[in-house]
Amino acid sequence: MPLSQEEILRYSRHLIMPEVGMEGQLKLKAASVLLVGTGGLGAPLAMYLTAAGIGRIGLVDFDVVDHTNLHRQVIHGTKDVGKPKIDSAIETMHDINPNVVIDRHEVALTSENALEIIKNYDIVVDGTDNFPTRYLVNDACVLLGKPNVYGSIFRFEGQATVFAYEGGPCYRCLYAEPPPPGLVPSCAEGGVLGILPGVIGLIQATETVKLILGIGEPLKGRLLLYDALNMKFRELKLRRNPECPICGEHSTIKELIDYQEFCGIPQKQEEVPVTGDITVTEVKAKLDRKDDFTFVDVREPHEWQICRIEGTTLIPMNDVPKRLGELDQDAEIVVHCKMGGRSAKVVDFLKANGYPKARNMVGGILEWSAKIDPSVPKY
Amino acid sequence: MAKVLIPTPLRQYVDKKDVVEASGASVAEVLTGVVTAHPSLKKQIYSDEGKLRSFVNVYVNDEDIRYLDKEKTAVTDADTLSIVPSIAGGR
Repeated sequence: MPLSQEEILRYSRHLIMPEVGMEGQLKLKAASVLLVGTGGLGAPLAMYLTAAGIGRIGLVDFDVVDHTNLHRQVIHGTKDVGKPKIDSAIETMHDINPNVVIDRHEVALTSENALEIIKNYDIVVDGTDNFPTRYLVNDACVLLGKPNVYGSIFRFEGQATVFAYEGGPCYRCLYAEPPPPGLVPSCAEGGVLGILPGVIGLIQATETVKLILGIGEPLKGRLLLYDALNMKFRELKLRRNPECPICGEHSTIKELIDYQEFCGIPQKQEEVPVTGDITVTEVKAKLDRKDDFTFVDVREPHEWQICRIEGTTLIPMNDVPKRLGELDQDAEIVVHCKMGGRSAKVVDFLKANGYPKARNMVGGILEWSAKIDPSVPKY
Repeated sequence: MAKVLIPTPLRQYVDKKDVVEASGASVAEVLTGVVTAHPSLKKQIYSDEGKLRSFVNVYVNDEDIRYLDKEKTAVTDADTLSIVPSIAGGR
C-alpha cells in the first residue's frame, strides 16, 4: 500500500532521511507490533510507535486507569481515571495517528491465549510488571520465533535488551528462574521514578523501529543497564545459554507451562485467616476499648510522612531486629504496614523470637483507609 | 580492593551505598568480603545452601561469571563486579 498524501506530509522528516526513506516508511507501515501492557513502559511505546507509523499495533491490557498511574503512564489522563486502560490508550493513539490499525486484546495474557495472540505479530514488546507474564511472553516468543523487545524498571533503574532475535539469547538464558514471591518488590511496593519508564520504554521503541527498518546494531546479546541517579548507561554481555531449558540445545520446554506455579505464586483459594492475623475492624475495636497493646507501624519513615494511624510506633521493617529491646515479650503487639506484606514477615520474625502475641493487621493502612478512616490518604 | 556495584533493590542492605569495595583474588572471595561487612545482604544473594541465587547474576566488568570460571573467576583490584538481580517492573 503506497502512502497517501497526508501520510507523506506526516512522515516527511522520516522520508527525507536516506536510512528510513520511502522504503523504510513502507516497512513500518507493513509491520505489526504487539505491546503487552499499556502501563509505564507501554504508554510511551504506544504513543511513539503510533506516531512513527507502525501499520498495526496490538494492545494487551485488562487493567483500569487509577490515580496512582498518572505520574508516569502519560498515555492516560486525569479524565481517564476509572476507564479501561485499553480504551484510554486507543483514544490517545487514534488522536496521534489515525492511520494506525489498533487491535484490542482486553484480556490477561495466559498460557491458553498467548500463542494465538502473539502469532499474528512481527515483534513483541514486553511492558508487563510481573515475573509470570515475563516468562510467559519469553517462552511464547521463543516457541514462535518472534523477537521480544524487553524492558524492566525499578525505582531509579532500568534494564533493556532484545531477546530471541536471530539466534540470540532469551530471558531464561539471562535468568533461568524468577525470585521467590515477595523477595523482589514490585513498583507498587518499591516505587518508581515517574520519568524512568519513559526512558526505558523509548529504548524499547527505538529497538523495535530499528528491527523493522533493519538498520543499526540491534540490542541483541547485550543487556543495557540504566541508572537514573548517576545518569549512567552500562552494557553487559548476554550470552545464549547452551543449557537453556527453552532455547538451548536440549530444550525441555516444548509448550507453554503454568507460569503462576513456575513463579511459586500460590493459587488463589486461601482466604482463610492465618493464625496471628487481625482485621482492621478488630484493631479499631481494641483502640476504642482502650485495650492494652502495642501498635507498630513497620513502614519506612518517608511513608510515615504521607500518612499514619494515631497511636502507632514507627519501627521500619529492617530496623526491627536491632530494636527488639523496645518491645515487651509479654505484650500483645499489632503490626501493620502499607498492604500487609511486610507486617506479615515481621510477625513471623517476632513469633520466632519470643513474641507469641504478635499479630498482623491484614491489608495494612490501605485497608484501614478503606474500612475505618477515609481521612487517611491512600498512596 | 575490587569495586562491587550494588543495584537499587539491594542498596538497603549495604547502608544505601551504590558501590562497595572488598578485597579478594576471586569472585567468591570478594563477595564473601562484601557479605561479611554487610551480613543482611547474604540471604538476598545466596541460598541457604550457600549458592548464588539463580535470579542474581554476577559480572566481572561486562562478562557474566557463568561464562568465565564461575565464582572462581580471578579478580584484580582493577576489576569492577556487578550484581544484577532480576527486576520485573513495567507498569
